[in-house]
Amino acid sequence: MTPDLPAIFTRLRAELPAATLAHLRNPGPSGQDSLLVAPACLVAVCQFLHDSADLDFDLLSNVTGVDWPDPALTDAVALPAEGSAAAVGGFLEVVYHLYSTSRRVGPLVLRARSVDRAEQVHIPSVVAVYRSAEYQEREIFDLFGVKFTGHPDLRRILMWDEFLDHPMRKDYLAPDDYQYEPTPHDAVLEKAKQHYTATSES
Amino acid sequence: MPELDEDQLLHVSLGPQHPSTHGVFRMNVLLDGETVVSLKPVFGYLHRNHEKIAEGITYLSSMPFTDRLDYICPLTNNWAYAQAVEKLAGIEVPERAEYIRVITAELTRLINHSAFVGFFLGDMGAWGSALMYAFREREKILDLFEDLTGARMMSNYMRFGGCRNDLPDGWAAKASVLVNEFPRFLDELENLVTGNEILIARTQNIGALPKEALINGGITGPMLRAAGVAYDIRKVEPYGIYDRFKFRIPLGTTGDCYDRLMIRLLELRESLAILRQALDQLPEGAYIHPKAKIRNFKPPVGEAYARIESPKGELGFYLISDGSAKPFRYRIRPPSFINLTLLEDMCLGLDLADVVLILGSIDIVLGEVDR
Repeated sequence: MTPDLPAIFTRLRAELPAATLAHLRNPGPSGQDSLLVAPACLVAVCQFLHDSADLDFDLLSNVTGVDWPDPALTDAVALPAEGSAAAVGGFLEVVYHLYSTSRRVGPLVLRARSVDRAEQVHIPSVVAVYRSAEYQEREIFDLFGVKFTGHPDLRRILMWDEFLDHPMRKDYLAPDDYQYEPTPHDAVLEKAKQHYTATSES
Repeated sequence: MPELDEDQLLHVSLGPQHPSTHGVFRMNVLLDGETVVSLKPVFGYLHRNHEKIAEGITYLSSMPFTDRLDYICPLTNNWAYAQAVEKLAGIEVPERAEYIRVITAELTRLINHSAFVGFFLGDMGAWGSALMYAFREREKILDLFEDLTGARMMSNYMRFGGCRNDLPDGWAAKASVLVNEFPRFLDELENLVTGNEILIARTQNIGALPKEALINGGITGPMLRAAGVAYDIRKVEPYGIYDRFKFRIPLGTTGDCYDRLMIRLLELRESLAILRQALDQLPEGAYIHPKAKIRNFKPPVGEAYARIESPKGELGFYLISDGSAKPFRYRIRPPSFINLTLLEDMCLGLDLADVVLILGSIDIVLGEVDR
């Protein structure tokens, strides 16, 4: 059963007057609308949804990141908030899918957006409310580069610790020397030459 | 509890190459004598960034890659992905295709749960025998899959709006024979397992956590039901045509390793019940929606999250479409990965030998954990 999003929205408005919220419409046929929550009040909103006896969203099933590098694309696809100004630049987004196991309701989709993609990529961690976010937030940190403030153990989880970039970002450049050959030839040789001109000939 | 003397603690790195770790999985364990003081899982050895690859190719091209997530159960992975795309694009599935999907998914569950029992006994030291019994039965089901999909494991069978091909002649009859013979194997397996004194001594009262902690940790599937939470997506949010079948949800009481093993054994019986009904009711008709688009498929702008009850727990796919032929965002919610969240909590204070059992009882496949 899909949750009654407008009701939850007004309820949150009443209970947490300080929270900045927006209702995002999903243009597709799935009908899964979402709630845009300002990062500053994300933990409070989650805590309320978790603790409230009649809403009882006790299962945070899925947490994932989305990279929105292009403002034009954001306006077209990223469910712009009603009445809000168009996005100025790119940003990183974290999407949460909540379910209630007792009321059999879900998914309630929450989204939180960072300010930009370079420096201000901080989103508060919800691990204190939902433990299931622990590894998933580590994965988002690893692959998208979102920094979760308050996470107990924010390390890379799938890539190795020495890895530098965040591969799930849309502008990530894959290394071109992955086709290692002991004696490079043909296309691989060309690639290897391009890749190693700077280092090997100096 | 007395202060731990750091010099007396022993650091053991279990894995990544270790017979008990079900693939390339590593646990950094800190031991005080035999007792676990801290346990940090390390994984990613099989990471190939499946999500990134999928965002660079068309929707359908990802279908064969989903086989390789949880490679014990390729058909449920196919179904989860097909279902998410169908939700994203609003595609209907004909009735016969729904039945075929249920039949293949429940056969997959038979494979997974019987193989689980084998692997779990292997973890306990009964290496080989139980697993060979399970694999003997698995082989029969894989023969059916080979007839149907052309491959024993990497099936690449579901399509958006149905399935790739119809059931071959006589396939349903062969499946019925298998379903009728399977209980004999189950009786044999349960005889071997359930009353075994060593098994009971090793598995009872190990690895249990309170219900609330499990739900909060995102644990789903047989692990959660073993603790007594009646949460099965086939019942809670019936996808496909699961609301047409009569079946029960087995529940455990304590949620220890013994309950987790028994839940799987009991779920096998329920899967057989579903299979019998589905094979009886199997209608004639199209196996794929006549308007389903294979080439130049572009779902409308929007997003969708869809989930199914895979044998290991909640398997979900989250897709964002920007209207092009490739998904803008393709995310898998892997049950094996998220079920590992509470591994340390389950193991603290127990012996190192129990860690191996608890990891076994979670039932992970590293292809899905690492993606």
